[in-house]
Amino acid sequence: MRRGFLMGADVSRSQTFQDLFKRYRRPGDFVISLMSFVFALVLLATMPEQVEWVDGVALYAQPAFWPTVAVIAMVVFSGLHLFGAMVSERIRGRTQEILYWLRSLEFAVWFIAYVMVVPVIGYLPSTLLFTAALTFRLGYRNWRYFAGAAVFSVAVVVIFKGFLQVKIPAGDIYSLLPAGDFRLFAMIWL
Amino acid sequence: MGDFVSGLGLLADPAVLFALLIGSVGGVVIGAIPGVGAAVAIAILLPATFALEPLVGLTMLLGIYGSSMYGGSLPAILINTPGTAVNALTTYDGYPMTKRGEALRALGLAYGASFVGGVLSIVALILLSPVLAKVAPLFGSREIFLAALLGIVLVVIAHRGQTLVAGSLAAFGILINTVGLEPVRYTQRFTFGQDWLSSGVDLIVVVLGLFALSQAFVLLTDPERAPTTQRVSGNMWAAILGVFKFKRIAASGGGFGVLMGIIPGVGEFTAQFLSYTYAQKTSKDPDAFGKGSPEGLVASESANNAVPAAAMIPLLALGIPGEALTAMMLSVFYVHNVVPGPGLFQNQMDFVYALYVAMILLNVLVVVFMLFASNLLIQIIRIPTRFLGVMILTLSFVGVYSLRNSVIDCAIAAGFGVLGLVLKRQNLPVVPIVLGMVLGGIMEVKLRAAMARVDTPLDFVSRPIAAILAIVIVLLIIGHFVGLIREKRVGLAEDAHDHDIHDSQTR
Repeated sequence: MRRGFLMGADVSRSQTFQDLFKRYRRPGDFVISLMSFVFALVLLATMPEQVEWVDGVALYAQPAFWPTVAVIAMVVFSGLHLFGAMVSERIRGRTQEILYWLRSLEFAVWFIAYVMVVPVIGYLPSTLLFTAALTFRLGYRNWRYFAGAAVFSVAVVVIFKGFLQVKIPAGDIYSLLPAGDFRLFAMIWL
Repeated sequence: MGDFVSGLGLLADPAVLFALLIGSVGGVVIGAIPGVGAAVAIAILLPATFALEPLVGLTMLLGIYGSSMYGGSLPAILINTPGTAVNALTTYDGYPMTKRGEALRALGLAYGASFVGGVLSIVALILLSPVLAKVAPLFGSREIFLAALLGIVLVVIAHRGQTLVAGSLAAFGILINTVGLEPVRYTQRFTFGQDWLSSGVDLIVVVLGLFALSQAFVLLTDPERAPTTQRVSGNMWAAILGVFKFKRIAASGGGFGVLMGIIPGVGEFTAQFLSYTYAQKTSKDPDAFGKGSPEGLVASESANNAVPAAAMIPLLALGIPGEALTAMMLSVFYVHNVVPGPGLFQNQMDFVYALYVAMILLNVLVVVFMLFASNLLIQIIRIPTRFLGVMILTLSFVGVYSLRNSVIDCAIAAGFGVLGLVLKRQNLPVVPIVLGMVLGGIMEVKLRAAMARVDTPLDFVSRPIAAILAIVIVLLIIGHFVGLIREKRVGLAEDAHDHDIHDSQTR
């Protein structure tokens, strides 16, 4: 993949310099260009309801000015991109690429599930559960990975919630703990 | 001189020194892990630094920024996998040296070159600061608007071959920044009647999604990789000193790094390219470049490590970030109500000097750490990639959720994570979105302020700096089209020079 970063003496320096910045199409280029163009068109179509032009205000100070500039630029750039993709030779592997994108959604769901569980069962228990479950899901079976996940979870909670005092609310179930020092400790540190 | 001494006084705070230590050592470790760059680490740590003093928080983030490239050279040299994207060029000469049995020499040269480039750039900037203090006040609203516009133009045309996508993404970034309640006329913009969109989309949520979550998703979805490598033995100190055989190359690399770092939207890749090309053209053995040339290695590593200090210049002097990392740091300033810009250089020069001295110290700390830690870092490289994905996903949660305990923020970040994954797979840049968001906001405010004092369109460029910036913007756009036409005439195939050298989205 890296061939030709520095080209031979037969190619001028300016071309070499331009070559540095070149990027290349990958399978799925057409799909992404189509999606971005459709997205830009939807934004353009909804613009009359989504931005407001105020009477008696100069163009540059209009609240609608920058959104309009941005959406028009998106339509123009993504439209030209789509045109370029349509007239370019198809690169094989589009379906596999789109399947790859879809496969990644599973981990977005894992992340959201983790987010939903934290306020209920607390930061430390949910982090322990999340890392262990995901480690299992990824196919690790050696106990060392589960031990590593547990140590990592405890370290993250202690460092961020304990020492750096980041704002993460105590879990609802902590309120079920008997009143006293341990409940206070759990609410502050765990 | 008084400001400089006062700056040293600011650094004497134990909290600042501790942050420096954590940032520099942490940055090396993070940089050494392929797949985790400074951007991922900074994105995750950003919200945690909001509770710290500005200098403490910035020192920690700068430590990560400045030291990650040291760590990134280790896997680049030993296993042909750059730890951070800006170490990609290091693989060209570093890995062949390892295959020749010169791993220690290559590592020493990389660390030495990084040190020379880093320190030279900081010294140059300390000397340059009084000049900047004089020039910065000449930047009024219209000049800052044009500088921000220049940043947008540069980030678009710098992605040659994908300028259309870069333009579209930069525009998307500008649009995201406008979503929510408009602050002057209080009208809703692209909120679709949803209350949760009224407060807008937070930059940190977007950054965490695009950099951290997307990287976690990539690592989790990709097949497992667990790189193996062998120990390095020998005298590292002597190997580091070997860089002084290449003083000229290291110094020129530092110079290119400073120049390219200052220009918004350009950065490490251009600096490395210029440095590498210069080294090759002036070398007695140009054919060895790409096959294990020590000169090539020094050229690459000295240039990339000179950029972080220089990239702070447009941020501190004008409040304009040139790339994603400084854009993230800008949010640290905003949170503490410290507005970077001309006033900072006029009124808080000691703060600026403190940042620069902190950067010198971090380079010293990192080199000392590297004397002993290379073999320790080799163990870290071996973390299986999917397990690393679990770790990044877990850490990303802290970054997003701790902002305002919002499930919606997390969902937005996850959405941007998937978008980032698609862009990475397509070898498309994510930086234009981030710069579009930040620079779009600056342009909106500054255009409104500038136009209030402008009668005719030509008035906008009547001042010398504004005129120069406008001419540069026009010339860059013309130059871009001239380049395209010339390229077309040469008739090179689309993939004639395919390479992954500029995968800036994997930083």
